[in-house]
Amino acid sequence: MRHERRAPILETVLSSLALAVLPRLADDSSGGGFVPPSINDLFPDAVLFADTPFALNRILLIRLLAVVIISLILWLGSRRMRVVPSKGQVAFEFMFDFIRKGVVIDTLGEKDGRRFMPVLLTIFFATLAMNLTGTIPGLQIASTSLIGQALLMAILAYVLFVYAGIKKFGVGRFFKNALWLPGVPIFLRPVIAILEVLSTFIVRPVTLTLRLTMNMVAGHMLLALCFLATNFFLITVLGSGNAIGLIGVGTLGLGVAFTVLELFVGVLQAYIFTILTAIYIQLALAEEH
Amino acid sequence: MDLVGHIAPLAFGLAAIGSGVGVGVIVGKTVESVARQPELAGRLQTLMWIGIAITEALCFIAVGVAFIPFPQP
Repeated sequence: MRHERRAPILETVLSSLALAVLPRLADDSSGGGFVPPSINDLFPDAVLFADTPFALNRILLIRLLAVVIISLILWLGSRRMRVVPSKGQVAFEFMFDFIRKGVVIDTLGEKDGRRFMPVLLTIFFATLAMNLTGTIPGLQIASTSLIGQALLMAILAYVLFVYAGIKKFGVGRFFKNALWLPGVPIFLRPVIAILEVLSTFIVRPVTLTLRLTMNMVAGHMLLALCFLATNFFLITVLGSGNAIGLIGVGTLGLGVAFTVLELFVGVLQAYIFTILTAIYIQLALAEEH
Repeated sequence: MDLVGHIAPLAFGLAAIGSGVGVGVIVGKTVESVARQPELAGRLQTLMWIGIAITEALCFIAVGVAFIPFPQP
């Protein structure tokens, strides 16, 4: 039993290692030096429709794949719901309930929560699927690590909370609620209003975008660095008969540990993005804060 | 010995010190308050996320500074 379970893990590790390293081997053979990961990893050559506005590179293809897979999972999972759930349905309902109760209803309340449920669930599952491609062997890059996806969803969140506020209060009262704070001395209010414009309408979408993108970019860099160092130490250094290459075993262990960390970060970032969007909507809907 | 490289990571590192401490304080205090009054956990958590989002913003502004085209001397 135990031996059967160990094999796939080892296989996963080896294949992910191989896939992280293989594209570099060609470069390595010429110089023989260590090739660190660079920001160019995020801008690979176009694969399909090159030289047109619709050029698709590897990361965009992964993004499309993630969308197809998450759509299939959600469709197949929700197709045959039973009153007495099967194992798969329990797992499926657990994920949904986690966001439904834990995030949306808790933050927005029953009535508003139901209104914004579909879009918040969409944001969560799309972000989750695209984050997790960063740790799947063979894909190995989070498709949210290009800024476009995070920017699009941040703009969606921005439009959502401004729309929610304006729909409920009208333009004048929404901006008065958000900017003209009661309880502040009257001569300080203009200063506070300027700060609120900055923090509410500029910093919020920018940080939503950067938080997601930068976490994913940094995660990719960490993983790539660990596995490239393993390749360099175990193959180039140890291969030339230098015992110092055994450091590679340590970097391989670090790489595996960081892969697990990346899984956690991927889920956490999707959760944070969803809960912050929900909180921004709730702040726009609150009478006064 | 000459140090060569980009100075932007330094700015990020300095900013990360501050927001790291800040986020730590916020989460720690939230844990303390939840331990004291568990029935307020949901509301405190919401406040915690708002606080973290604002504190972390400083970090991300430091990342953004690297992309501002300052005039070269």
